Amino acid sequence: MKLNERSVAHYATCNSPADHAGFLRKRVERHHHHAHHHHATSYQRRWFVLKGNLLFYFEERESREPVGLVVLEGCTVELCEAAEEFAFAIRFDDAGARAYVLVADGQAAMEAWVKALSRASFDYMRLVVRELEKQLEEACKSLAACHKSPRRSSSSGRKRHLSNPALLPLQEKPAVLENGYSTWGSGGGVPAGSACPDHDGGHMKPPPLPPRRRSATGSATGSPAPGVSPAMPESPVSPETACFSKLHSWYGQEIVALRREWQERQKRGHP
Amino acid sequence: MRYNERELLSLARQPAEKAAEVLMRVPKKGSVLKKRLVKLVVNFLFYFRTDEAEPIGALLLEHCRITKEEENVFSISFIEEPERKYCFECDSEEQCQEWIEALKRASYEFMRRSLIFYRNEIQKMTGKDPLEQYGISEEARFQLGTRKQ
Repeated sequence: MKLNERSVAHYATCNSPADHAGFLRKRVERHHHHAHHHHATSYQRRWFVLKGNLLFYFEERESREPVGLVVLEGCTVELCEAAEEFAFAIRFDDAGARAYVLVADGQAAMEAWVKALSRASFDYMRLVVRELEKQLEEACKSLAACHKSPRRSSSSGRKRHLSNPALLPLQEKPAVLENGYSTWGSGGGVPAGSACPDHDGGHMKPPPLPPRRRSATGSATGSPAPGVSPAMPESPVSPETACFSKLHSWYGQEIVALRREWQERQKRGHP
Repeated sequence: MRYNERELLSLARQPAEKAAEVLMRVPKKGSVLKKRLVKLVVNFLFYFRTDEAEPIGALLLEHCRITKEEENVFSISFIEEPERKYCFECDSEEQCQEWIEALKRASYEFMRRSLIFYRNEIQKMTGKDPLEQYGISEEARFQLGTRKQ
C-alpha cells in the first residue's frame, strides 16, 4: 500500500511542536522471536517523537528523516513483563499483530510516555473535543437563560434568585479571577444535571453529533449558515476562523452584562 | 521509512467518516482520472480500486491544503510541495463541497486547535478549566498560545 511518505516525513521533522519526545530503547523484533528464547534480546536506542496519533522514531536526535513510524490507532499501551526495567508495550487489537516494546530511562520517563501514548489516538481527541463542544453549548444556554430571566433585573429579586434552581449556585460569593470575570460558584451556574456529566477518565459516552457534522455526510437539509448550530440561534460554536471575531464579541457582550449584574448584586449585600 | 502497514490496513477497514466513489488523479506525470473508492478514516484518506478490499494507498491528512478546483473538483496538496496535487472529481458540486469541508476538519491539528479554542471559551465563561476532570490540563499539546503552525 502506498503512503505519501515524503509528506509524512516532512510532518515528522517540521517545526510544529511535538506532543512528546525523548530517547527510548526499542526492542528489535526478529522472525520467530518467541522460539529463540535463549538468544539475548537486543534493543536499539532511538529518538522518538510523538505528533498527534503518529509516533516517529529517528536514528539520532538530529536525523533529518525518521527511520520509522507507528500509527497509534486501535492500540493499547501497557507496562510489560520484560527483563528490562521501565519497559512498556504498544499492542494492537489485531490478532497476530506485533507489539512494540519500548524501554524508558527511568520511572518518570516511562510514566510520561505511557500517559502520552494512551491518549494519542484520534478517537480520544475527538471524544474530548465533542465533550467540550457540548459543555460550551450548555454554558451558552445557561448564559442566555440568565440573561433573559426577568427576575434578574428586579430589585427585590434576591429571594427569587435563591428559589430559581438555574441560579442557585450564584448565591455563593463569586471569586473574582484575575481577568475580572467571576465564577458562578461550584456549579458553574449551569442548570442542574447538565454540567460535568458523569464519567471517569476516558469512559464517557460520546455526545450526539452536532447538526453541522451530520451535514458533512449529506443528510442535513436546510442547514443553517456554516458554523451556526440550529439549536442555538446566534451562538456559533464552530471554531472556523471566520467565526472567531464574531464569537469573541458575542461572548464578550454577555459576560460584560453578567458581570455588571453580579457587581450590583454584591453592592446590595447579596451573600 | 518503515511503518506499521498492517495496522494501517486494519484502519482502512474501520467505519469511515465519509466514503464515496470518485474519479481520482495522482500527481504523477501522465496520470489520468481513474474511478476510485475513497474513504476518510481519522486523519487518513484511503483510496481503493472499486472492486478491491485492500486500499491501493493512503494519504495522511496533516499539513495539507484542500483546494477547490474547477466544477465538481477539489485537490489535496501538501505544504512542502504545493504543486503536487491529488485531484478528485465528484458527482456534484454539493458532494465536492461536502468533501472539502470534511477533509479540512480531518486533521489532528485541526482538532487540537478546536480543543484549545473550546477550552479557552469555557474557561472564560465558567472560570473552570474543563480539562481538569480528565487530568490532561497540563499537557503541552493543549496549552493556549504555545503553538505556532
